[in-house]
Amino acid sequence: MGTTTPMRFRQAIVNALADEMRADSTVMLFGEDVAEAEGPFKTSEGLLTEFGPLRIRDTPISEMGFTGAAVGAAIMGMKPVVEIMFMEFLGVALDQLVTEAAKMRYLSNGMLSVPMVVRASVGSGLGFGCQHSQTLENWVAATPGLKVVCPSDAQAAYSLMRASIQDPDPVMILEPRILYAERGDVDTSLVLPIGKARVLRKGSDITVVALGQMVNVARNAIEKSGLDVELIDLATVVPWDRETVLASVKKTGRLVVVEEAPKSGGWGSEIVAAATSELFSQLKGAPFRITTPDVPVPYSGVLEARFVPTADDVARQLTESLKSGTTPKSWWELEGLK
Amino acid sequence: MSAELKRRKAVQEDAVAQYERMIEIREFEEQINGLFASGAIRGTTHLCLGQEALAVGLASVLRPTDIVSATYRGHGIALALGLSPEAVLGEIMGKTIGCCGGVGGSMHLSNMELGLLPTSAIIGGGMPIAAGAALSFQVRKTDDVAVAVFGDGATNIGAFHETLNLASIWNLPVVFICDNNVYGEYSRINLTTPLEDLHLRADSYKMPHFSLDGMEIAAVQKGVTEAVNRARSGGGPTLIEAKTYRFAGHSRADQALYRPEGELEKWQKRDPIKLTEEGLVASGALNAEKIAKIKSDMKTTIEKVVATCQASPEPSLASMFQNIFTPAKAGR
Repeated sequence: MGTTTPMRFRQAIVNALADEMRADSTVMLFGEDVAEAEGPFKTSEGLLTEFGPLRIRDTPISEMGFTGAAVGAAIMGMKPVVEIMFMEFLGVALDQLVTEAAKMRYLSNGMLSVPMVVRASVGSGLGFGCQHSQTLENWVAATPGLKVVCPSDAQAAYSLMRASIQDPDPVMILEPRILYAERGDVDTSLVLPIGKARVLRKGSDITVVALGQMVNVARNAIEKSGLDVELIDLATVVPWDRETVLASVKKTGRLVVVEEAPKSGGWGSEIVAAATSELFSQLKGAPFRITTPDVPVPYSGVLEARFVPTADDVARQLTESLKSGTTPKSWWELEGLK
Repeated sequence: MSAELKRRKAVQEDAVAQYERMIEIREFEEQINGLFASGAIRGTTHLCLGQEALAVGLASVLRPTDIVSATYRGHGIALALGLSPEAVLGEIMGKTIGCCGGVGGSMHLSNMELGLLPTSAIIGGGMPIAAGAALSFQVRKTDDVAVAVFGDGATNIGAFHETLNLASIWNLPVVFICDNNVYGEYSRINLTTPLEDLHLRADSYKMPHFSLDGMEIAAVQKGVTEAVNRARSGGGPTLIEAKTYRFAGHSRADQALYRPEGELEKWQKRDPIKLTEEGLVASGALNAEKIAKIKSDMKTTIEKVVATCQASPEPSLASMFQNIFTPAKAGR
């Protein structure tokens, strides 16, 4: 265990990029306003100054073009990192990532690797409206050949960035935008491998699996509830850590997944399905998910705050499920809304 | 006639009303800054200070049945087309009085009575949709036109090229207006684009094109009229490049420190409001006294709008569940 340094989540990203660029001259970064402006969220501060314009590049507003260019550069031996300012902007470039990058190794009979990283800011809570606030794990999570990670704190932001850049295959990093300014202690020697979940709290009553900004929400909910909950930060959506999650569920007999994504089609369904089919006889209660409703992210501050799972609501559902043994209703079902 | 259509009609008929609308937009945008500072507005916003002539010039020559797709920098166009300041500010404040009931926000303004499609927060996102609106006019044989307004940065995205090509081969009644305000987000256009005159790109789609002085309302009206007439009469699409300048940063977070020294000041000498004022004074329609009164009255009006919007209720939880799918009804 090395020493830790306090830093903001966004600084952890800058530091991980810089450390990888120092260690490997093939690592480069491009995207909209990442060079001169040092990133719209200041996630590339100082990089142009240290590494110069050959490796740190501003792009036109051409996501398809520069994401595809990363595929080509990666095939030829570079390790490009591209930044998609808001996850929704990946929409026009999705083809290059899921249909080209993720298929290159398969279609070259194993001759090609695509060691590229696509970073995108995701998530709600900042009043950016429904075209700039989604998490959209499900756009990318059903693509064999593409890994998907999502850090929940500065340490994970640092370590997962380094692991993603070092990975020989395409990796998508979903960065919860609301966490950029959050502070945390970072040990730069700590390795968090892709595909490994983080057990953040040991417990025996319930296993809670969360991702991204929902990890803090779940942690606060657990404190409020006073229950003995095991909290797992999934950290990697694809390939997710079945071993850690299922071992925990086996121990507690209960599983709750907290997701910042619409109820239908979320990554948590995969976790619940696996736990249910593989550990059915050992479960003490039905696994369930706490999600956002199946609606676009509303702009109004009052609505957006209610839209996303809150610590109070997660605490209520954890407590109710343990007390009654049944699956609690969502807040919108209680309100009679759908 | 609705109040919104009356507001639209006003700018279609009278040069002083057009000037007043430009002042309204200017005052409105300046109020937004203060409301952000006080915490009354959250999220982000993209101001159109300096681009008022394009918004009002456009609104003055289009019919309400024409369709406009525009962008997240859309407060000015929405107000120019006739949305009430309450509908726009209310939306920016996330209140029920807003044009989307508070669920859309600053980047998503619309009013179909005035022909304004929901403004898009995705670069180039509205362009193919405008072409599709034009397709419907062509098939249904109306003489309405669709107008897509987008920024200089959008000319580097696939949707721009795909849409221009499609509109050209289908000879669609659509007018593409590139609002070249010199900056795409935080980057000066010359850093991301190899040509200065963006309208030249239409050559490769065999589409008529020209640039106009976007700071000069008369130039906007003349140019847009020419393109709209071509589209209405079956002559197909046009690409117009309106040369403007963004007086503010890209969004709230942006102080625009990247501007070359003196550039803003140079453009401010051609402030569209100043130019319009000079023209109206020269023609005798306005004098210094009338101008001062218009400005002070508008300040009072917008302050009242702020108060009205602040008093408007927050949306109900139920409102986030509305308008996701069309309610079921009997088939056709």
